Amino acid sequence: MFKGVNPPKKFPPFVAYVIISRMKDYDLIIIGGGVVGVAIARQLSRYRIRIAILEKEAELSFGVSKSNSGIIHPGTQIAPGLLKGRLCVQGNLLMRKIARELGVDFKEVGELIVAFDEMEALRLKQIKSDAEKLGVPDLTIVDQAWLEKNEPNLSRKVFCALYAPSAGIISPYRLVYDMAENAASNGVQTHLNTKVTSILRIGRAQAGCWRLTTSSGDFAAKFIVNAAGLFADEISGMVGVRDFKIVPRKGEEFILDKKLKFLTNHLIFPIPARSSKGILMIKTADGNPMIGPNAHETSDKEDLSTTQTSLDEVLAAAKRLVPAVNGDDIIAYFAGLRPIAGEDFIIRREEAAPSFINVAGIQSPGLTASPAIAVMVEGLLRDCGLVLRLKLLFKRQRKASVHLFAVPLAKTKALIIKDAAYGDIVCRCEMVSAKEVRESIARGATTMDGIKFRTRAQGGRCHGSFCTTRLMKILAQETGKPITEITKRGKGSEIVKGQRETDHRPETIDQRPMTYG
Amino acid sequence: MKQRELIVIGGGPAGMAAALSARNSGVKDILLLERDQYLGGILNQCVHTGFGLQYFKEQLTGPEYAVRFSRETVKTKGIEVSLRTFAVKLTPAKEVTYLKPDKLETVRAKAIIMATGCRERTREMVHLSGTRPAGVFSAGLAQKLINIEGFLPGKAVVIVGSGDIGLIMARRFILEGAQVKAIIEARASSRGLVRNMVQCVRDFDIPVHYLHRIARINGRDRVESVDVVKTDETGRAVEGSSFNLACDTVLMSVGLVPENELLEMAGAKLDPVTNAVAAAAPFATSLPGIFACGNAFKVYDVVDSVTRDSDSCGLMAAKYLGKA
Repeated sequence: MFKGVNPPKKFPPFVAYVIISRMKDYDLIIIGGGVVGVAIARQLSRYRIRIAILEKEAELSFGVSKSNSGIIHPGTQIAPGLLKGRLCVQGNLLMRKIARELGVDFKEVGELIVAFDEMEALRLKQIKSDAEKLGVPDLTIVDQAWLEKNEPNLSRKVFCALYAPSAGIISPYRLVYDMAENAASNGVQTHLNTKVTSILRIGRAQAGCWRLTTSSGDFAAKFIVNAAGLFADEISGMVGVRDFKIVPRKGEEFILDKKLKFLTNHLIFPIPARSSKGILMIKTADGNPMIGPNAHETSDKEDLSTTQTSLDEVLAAAKRLVPAVNGDDIIAYFAGLRPIAGEDFIIRREEAAPSFINVAGIQSPGLTASPAIAVMVEGLLRDCGLVLRLKLLFKRQRKASVHLFAVPLAKTKALIIKDAAYGDIVCRCEMVSAKEVRESIARGATTMDGIKFRTRAQGGRCHGSFCTTRLMKILAQETGKPITEITKRGKGSEIVKGQRETDHRPETIDQRPMTYG
Repeated sequence: MKQRELIVIGGGPAGMAAALSARNSGVKDILLLERDQYLGGILNQCVHTGFGLQYFKEQLTGPEYAVRFSRETVKTKGIEVSLRTFAVKLTPAKEVTYLKPDKLETVRAKAIIMATGCRERTREMVHLSGTRPAGVFSAGLAQKLINIEGFLPGKAVVIVGSGDIGLIMARRFILEGAQVKAIIEARASSRGLVRNMVQCVRDFDIPVHYLHRIARINGRDRVESVDVVKTDETGRAVEGSSFNLACDTVLMSVGLVPENELLEMAGAKLDPVTNAVAAAAPFATSLPGIFACGNAFKVYDVVDSVTRDSDSCGLMAAKYLGKA
């Protein structure tokens, strides 16, 4: 994909890694660079095998994972006997370790499932006993007095709630990016803008015989893990396994201004509906209240549009939980598609296609379960005959990224003394410095959305009106691309359509006698 | 902690006029904080004329208007200008914490003037439905991309709302060789100045659809089209009125919001609907010794009035400090 492209002056290390890797023969290819694919890559990067992630979008996490709310579920609200329940509880535990090792901000905020009447209170008891059987720790039913003290903006009509303290919140994209960065430092190679178009089996029942044709050339692999999210059925079909179909279930989320971060303390859930956990209210890892998602099945795997009907539906449901929610405080919204293949996850070896593992239908609680899914896939790969020997040195740790919005001003002061660029604020609404933006690019961001997901710049109340031009310039400078090639989320989404034809800029702007701060 | 007599936050037309007027009224120690690398604020990107008609009785461009104040501000002894300086915290005790590329500092002032301007309402604030591709800009961002950075944001533009920046940008896009497909206005008449409706819209034959709104933005990676519907008096879509406009760019010109987050942080009263300062008297806030002027105080139509009023605000601050 980089043939014929003049290399930019300075490579972000992550991008450089992709360019250098011309060898396209791997022991293991993971199709799909979302949270599941990346968690599997990181888990297996401790072994002496060559691993690649193939991602069709311009950056990792740009598929299903980018619309994730970041909730680390405790394992409540899952029907008994399902694989996803077991993996959720395991994943909840494993996630804490991963967050610590990678310096990802994980907050154990706890969740409340609220009941509005005695009938619902009975359902809570059922949910509690189901969850306890799964091993969810420390569940208690809390009363109105407790709620008034600990969640003062909650509707007074709430009768009681199930409190699950082990629920938490994490930034879904930063989790993906930080796991990927750590995996890359352990040798995993990532091929972006690489869409698999066909998979062929060369030779017979022994490993090492997959040939993948992609939009960026051919690849060979001994083993394949299909973590292709919404497109997992199509990938599986390429090796002849067509017994499941992914049906997208759309959900729309609405983000409120950060100044309302006081509104809630816990993740607030209603009694779960049949097709989802219901419309809830949370505070994201970045401190913004968020309401949603609704759940509607769609046939279009690319339908990420939002509608007024959904907004009305989500607002009404959120106001029922927290009456102070106001539509005027919405600063952003987006839609996501859950990849549904029946009620449960599909994680299995395929008899018809040895050395091919399907990881499909990873809907909620997929993000929570991802580390446990990775462990399970490791076992399945061993069963298929993949020999896994530990590396002498596995780099378990990653240096945490700095986010000014998350540190007290005293710490900011110290950071500026160490590096003046921390005092050069680019995004005023979310307080993001030039230093953080440059670092996000060095760590792999190649698009404006990539910068937003990593730093929050453009994600605040002005929605990039003030910082877009500065960010474009920094991105152009750091990647060596011209401004006209800077995109929102990959080729085809360029921000500008070209250079201006006329040039009659007022000379005064640059000639004015000014002192620079 | 360092002490200052007066801190002015914001170096646009309001902040400069207020600082100069306070200085001329006898305030001798003024610190002016500006987050950009230039003084002048939004005027720098307003290369069209029409500024100064009232205040200077002349036709000036935005940068020309700004420079008349910025030269004066920079050379006036007693006004210290700090550029690329971002105020992060304000307290009712009149302490300001700010960041700049080499330091973080907290300074206490005897009086403060907030001249922080405003931001544009976004697509998200008006809950525009559809996809979220590249090519949706606030009118001011498009203006900056064209006039300051020298790039063309799009070639076929639909403008949402008939605010003044949107009207001026309609003409600007046409002068740069782009097409302006239509202006979509939810109300029955224009929100912009009459002169802009005439000079920027009528003179260029741009269709304006009143009582219409965008039902949906289409396009995966880049805007491809918008669905437009007619609305009745209550704002509801008229059935069967929907039509599609092919375009690659949607420009939002649906109003301005005073940028008063610092005042809010300090506990000053704000109008819950407009976010403007809720004050008993002009240019005062509910916090003693903290004043506000320009678009932070309320949204203005023309800069000449901003200068005039900010002049008075500077004088008020001087009086509060026992001068003038």
